Amino acid sequence: MQDLETIDTRFFSAEREADLDVVGTTVPRVDARAHVTGKTQFYEDVSFPGMLHLKMARSTRHHALLKKVDTRPAEKVPGFVRALTHKDVPNNWYTILRLIGVEPNDEPVLPEDRVLFQGEQIVAILAETAEVAGEAASKVKIEYKDLPAVFDVEEALKPGTPAIKPHGKNYFVYEGHHCRRIRFGDVDQAFKEADHVIEHRYQSAPIEHAPTETTGCIVKPEGNGRFTIYSNTQACYFTLDNAALIVGLPFNKLRVIGGTVGGGFGGKVDVTVEPIAIIAAMLTQRPVKYAYSREEEMQVSSPRAAERIYIKDGVMKDGRIIARKVTLYVDAGAYSRHSPYGTTKAAAHMPGPYSIPNVWVDAHCVYTNRTPSSAMRGFGVTIGDFALESQMDRIARMLKMDPIELRMLNAYRDGDMKAHRKKAEGCALVEVMQKAAEMTGRKLPERFKKMSSLKPVGSKGEGI
Amino acid sequence: MARLKGRGVAAVNYPTGMNLGGDPSQALIHATTTGSFVITLSSVDLGQGLKTVMAQIGAETLGVPFDTVWVDTADTDTGPHCMGTFASRGTHRIGNAIIMAAREARAVMLDVAAEELEVDPADLVTDGKGKIHVNGSPEKAIDVINVALAAHFKYGKTISGRGIFMKPKSDVVPETGEMNPDSAQAHACTVAEVEVDDETGEVRVLKLTNAYEIGRAMNPAMAHQQIVGGAWMGMSHALYETTEPYYPDRAHGPLDFSEYLMPGPGDIAVMESAIIERPAANGPYGAKGIGEMTANSPIAAIANAIFDACGVRVESMPITPEKVLRGLDELRSK
Repeated sequence: MQDLETIDTRFFSAEREADLDVVGTTVPRVDARAHVTGKTQFYEDVSFPGMLHLKMARSTRHHALLKKVDTRPAEKVPGFVRALTHKDVPNNWYTILRLIGVEPNDEPVLPEDRVLFQGEQIVAILAETAEVAGEAASKVKIEYKDLPAVFDVEEALKPGTPAIKPHGKNYFVYEGHHCRRIRFGDVDQAFKEADHVIEHRYQSAPIEHAPTETTGCIVKPEGNGRFTIYSNTQACYFTLDNAALIVGLPFNKLRVIGGTVGGGFGGKVDVTVEPIAIIAAMLTQRPVKYAYSREEEMQVSSPRAAERIYIKDGVMKDGRIIARKVTLYVDAGAYSRHSPYGTTKAAAHMPGPYSIPNVWVDAHCVYTNRTPSSAMRGFGVTIGDFALESQMDRIARMLKMDPIELRMLNAYRDGDMKAHRKKAEGCALVEVMQKAAEMTGRKLPERFKKMSSLKPVGSKGEGI
Repeated sequence: MARLKGRGVAAVNYPTGMNLGGDPSQALIHATTTGSFVITLSSVDLGQGLKTVMAQIGAETLGVPFDTVWVDTADTDTGPHCMGTFASRGTHRIGNAIIMAAREARAVMLDVAAEELEVDPADLVTDGKGKIHVNGSPEKAIDVINVALAAHFKYGKTISGRGIFMKPKSDVVPETGEMNPDSAQAHACTVAEVEVDDETGEVRVLKLTNAYEIGRAMNPAMAHQQIVGGAWMGMSHALYETTEPYYPDRAHGPLDFSEYLMPGPGDIAVMESAIIERPAANGPYGAKGIGEMTANSPIAAIANAIFDACGVRVESMPITPEKVLRGLDELRSK
């Protein structure tokens, strides 16, 4: 097989271990042939006699009280087996990251008296076929009393906006603080000293993971009190532990079999399908399948959070950025899921790969009445990079500087102190820019060609 | 009407490993009597090729051929704990656990080989082709499979190893944000070339030139697939994708792939990429995480190229033709 990327070993050659046998070589993927010939077994290729199918009756409202939930019309559909409500869930309230100490439990497996987003699951319907389950679910009669809905992150934080969450606040609380903070140096003083102050607002919208294989699982009761969960989760033990806590079984009564997934991108680290499917299998003692349709994958499964980011920079005429103030809002949607973690990651990522002596960050994890957002490839960083690197381009244009040279002047290098007070090591931002400049035929001035991430200890380095 | 060309750049870094640590993963390795080694995990392959790369790392450390190492994953009854495949942690965490397990297994393998050859185990080397021999004397050798058989049937020993990797959990100082969030940082720079149709607002990405620093490419072809797939996702994020096109308005949510826009095969840009390797001191054979980062630098590079082409600064993703056109109208009305 051809190695399609050039590995340029001129960089950091002294740090590279030269003689490896297998690592660093292109061996063919062990599963490629089976994947493309349809021989790979995914969770859905497992099937058991008597298997039931689970579909959800879902909220048609963004924010509403549940006045009445009537499953009787669903029960009349031939093939209907059983309906499940919150009363059937042993420990209904959870939050996925409680496994690493995050609280409070802010999400019900099935809602009790209210729904917080359109598409929220309300009643689980079990039936002999997926079609019947879907038809019966559509017949569940739900009476709502609409409540005011909040869709904008800054609106959600305004005094007077009704709290949509039981803890009385439309934001996640970080050790007593209303946001995740970074405080490094003195930005206000630096803005006074700066030649220019430049401030802009950036925004993204929610993004779907769009995996080839939608989220799903099959749960089989084993007859010895244990349950086997065939799942396409990205994290088998995360699923096992969260599911056991919700269904009220000892951890060792559950077994997760997975490991082969048709695309995750972060969309399969929520634990949304397994717990209710386990409860269904416990109550019926039959195998149960719960798989998202494409529509559910698009509108109900967690997307990448929308973010709103304000960046205010203090810049000197020579290109040095001496202050960066970032106010960032992560739209968590209705429930926490992985967003409190992603918001901390977003704060840690600021001010980007640059050494800026004064940094101030307020990163808010905000609840709104939309589909809960959660993990997605690079969350906490991807949208921040869009904002940061758009801002860098604007600074370069304002100063009439080359955009690569501006970045090199400010690039973080070994030994620099990051805003979260960890010393930088293993840096290579300068080098990827040198390489990209070379590949695009851009001739860098000598001082930038000679620049290195390996800043000698004690020196202030190249440039300014 | 004209097609306006522009060029933009973006440079990024990306943290390897679960934010703030506290995310262990384990690996177990044992030799079978068939001449193979089995690496047992509960880790998940999302399609990125984890099963292949983990076998490569195991084979490298054991000193045996790649095609004699199997990865058995993921069954929580048999595989030891893994936190999961996310946060660009798989290769780093699980790879380190495998190295630790493979070193323990290799030590037993060499001890048994030394007994069989009546030499000092410190004098033995593996040839990576299925033999163990005295350093400098390839003729004084024994096959790995015969070592495995001797260990089991003659010496009553298991050739096996246990491995774990864990970065201890870092608590954040809430007032200042002081923390130790990551294990390493990977880097990328993208130069995007675009063409903007000033009549329709449509953007075509002509070329993406990328330089990535990823510690060490474990498998160059698979690094390539991450790069191409990630850059494609970045381009898609920049120009097409959202479940809420008029966010924060909830209307117009797509329900399937005919409504949820993504670039088709004809929209894929020409891509030229290079890899630079600065091994991470704490990475398995220097590896950093590449998976998530590859989507990031193309987004702003494309946004900046659009500005370069037509003078419109779109501050919100995705950069749809509608937004570009509205920006052009505003410029014209000035």
